[in-house]
Amino acid sequence: MAKRIEISGLDAFYGRTRAIADISMAVEPRQVTAFIGPSGCGKSTLLRTLNRMHELTPGGTVEGKVMLDGTDLYGAQVDPVAVRRTIGMVFQRPNPFPTMSIYDNVAAGLRLLGRTRRSQLDDVVERSLTGANLWNEVKDRLDKPGAGLSGGQQQRLCIARAIAVQPQVLLMDEPCSALDPISTLAIEDLIATLKESYTIVIVTHNMQQAARVSDVTAFFTITDAGEPGRLVEMDDTNKIFTNPSEKGTEDYITGRFG
Amino acid sequence: MTTSQTETLDHGPAGGDLPEGKDASRTGRIGDRVFRLASSGSGVLLLAIMAAIAVFLVIQALPALRANTAPFLTEKIWNPNAVPPRFGIAALAFGTVVSSLIALVIATPVAVAVALFISHYAPRRLAATLGYVVDLLAAVPSVVYGLWGAVFLVPLIMDPASWLNRNLAFLPIFNGQPVSSGKSIFTASVVLAIMILPIIAAISREVFLQVPKANEEAALALGATRWEMVRMAVLPFGRPGVISASMLGLGRALGETIAVALIVSASFEIDWNVMMPGGNSIAANIANTFQEAGATGRGALIASGLVLFVITLVVNMAARAVIARRKEYARAGA
Ligand SMILES: Nc1ncnc2c1ncn2[C@@H]1O[C@H](COP(=O)(O)OP(=O)(O)OP(=O)(O)O)[C@@H](O)[C@H]1O
Ligand SMILES: [Mg+2]
Repeated sequence: MAKRIEISGLDAFYGRTRAIADISMAVEPRQVTAFIGPSGCGKSTLLRTLNRMHELTPGGTVEGKVMLDGTDLYGAQVDPVAVRRTIGMVFQRPNPFPTMSIYDNVAAGLRLLGRTRRSQLDDVVERSLTGANLWNEVKDRLDKPGAGLSGGQQQRLCIARAIAVQPQVLLMDEPCSALDPISTLAIEDLIATLKESYTIVIVTHNMQQAARVSDVTAFFTITDAGEPGRLVEMDDTNKIFTNPSEKGTEDYITGRFG
Repeated sequence: MTTSQTETLDHGPAGGDLPEGKDASRTGRIGDRVFRLASSGSGVLLLAIMAAIAVFLVIQALPALRANTAPFLTEKIWNPNAVPPRFGIAALAFGTVVSSLIALVIATPVAVAVALFISHYAPRRLAATLGYVVDLLAAVPSVVYGLWGAVFLVPLIMDPASWLNRNLAFLPIFNGQPVSSGKSIFTASVVLAIMILPIIAAISREVFLQVPKANEEAALALGATRWEMVRMAVLPFGRPGVISASMLGLGRALGETIAVALIVSASFEIDWNVMMPGGNSIAANIANTFQEAGATGRGALIASGLVLFVITLVVNMAARAVIARRKEYARAGA
């Protein structure tokens, strides 16, 4: 179910401002691809163009192509809602539905798909929570509100919610930035397991994290305020962190940026 | 969304070794104390005033209630000036509650739809204009709605009313052939509904706008359509607010005086058939008969006012109970 994403000549706009320009890259299945780069270089924007969330921002438009195993996500007859069903997303701040129980949070996506048989839901909820490494902590309180969990648990709940519908790609925008080191490690371990079945893209500001979890790293930058963000280079994570081809990348990862 | 007052708020700098800092922190503390005294003082004062009013009303009502020869709670007739006086609240309370409930049933769904349209569907310009219009409508005095109802709606309502009668006659409330005057509880209900709709819509809109963006995005990212997103994230989050808004509207409908007085042709009967001319409400009856009431009559009207007070109180407490049942979830707010 993991699929390959190929981005070519992609620009994204907020109204008339171009936030990212001319991005071309390929995201391989069953690998973790990390997006790194300074604040404002358009990592989140790019991530959100991949599941067509970008166009939900007022003024948000996209030019260029995003191919998911050969289908253009921005093709005329493609339904953005269907795209979001195949490409899951985990946000920077854990955002479980505050009015729903733990169980209902995980089942939310399935219910959207019209799957409402209780036994079937029970299975998927257990499988997803186990997959998100949360089952043991919550199995006795599935009917309690999801917002009553700790931040790290909430984020794993959000991951469970995202993987419950078995997406083909999982996009994560700084999923650990609101978490403590222990929860962060738990989620990094989880990412390592998840990559066996999913295509994963993760945005992170944490260089060690990018080095630990990702197979491929893409470095973006922005030259000036008001300029769009651009892809500088993309390579094996090892190579990026030990011997990058571009001077800008080296400056950034060694902390000599700007 | 719980805001609790912390008593130990210290606005001054922690070290306090700068003379300026000390000063600032001391005025901060005095400010706190003054504020606390002022706020708890006004709270107590408010309670005292309310208690005084209640005691005053009860004292005024007692002689009339003693002179009454009918059971006050179950009697329908309102004849406090007869000798001996006979009056009871039953018909009035019935008219009050039924007209308000029908108004609520009509107004709430429409108001929620309007609020959702403004908060989540309309383009920004249109939303701003509509929001402004709704706020404006909420501020229109009820007598204007009452006049409009009496002059315009009473004659007009015959058609929809006979439609309801033809198609929903199996419900007792729509069972009577609407009579040519249209001065019925149903007409009053429609006017009340139109009157409370803007308040419910205005508050609901505010509540829907409070829904955290993060929750809406979570739903959309799962592949929810806009309507599914509204059902998953917006409506559940807004539910307590919508209930509060409806209760505010219901409170306004229960206490509405002039609009009802202008429309119904006062009667003192309990008729489940709300299409028939007639009906009355506690507040309308007070407005209609207070001028001509004698001593006993006034006491009787005050007693009816107390009943209205109790009804509103019960409604509010019921609403609070409904909201509190989901407290565990409500605090999860933003
Ligand atoms: N909703 C928006 N409306 C207008 N401009 C926006 C909006 N969101 C982001 N931008 C602009 O787009 C550019 C890219 O923002 P983006 O959030 O993608 O950066 P980022 O790389 O994710 O930054 P960070 O690392 O701080 O999260 C920035 O210049 C930002 O100001
Ligand atoms: Mg970002």
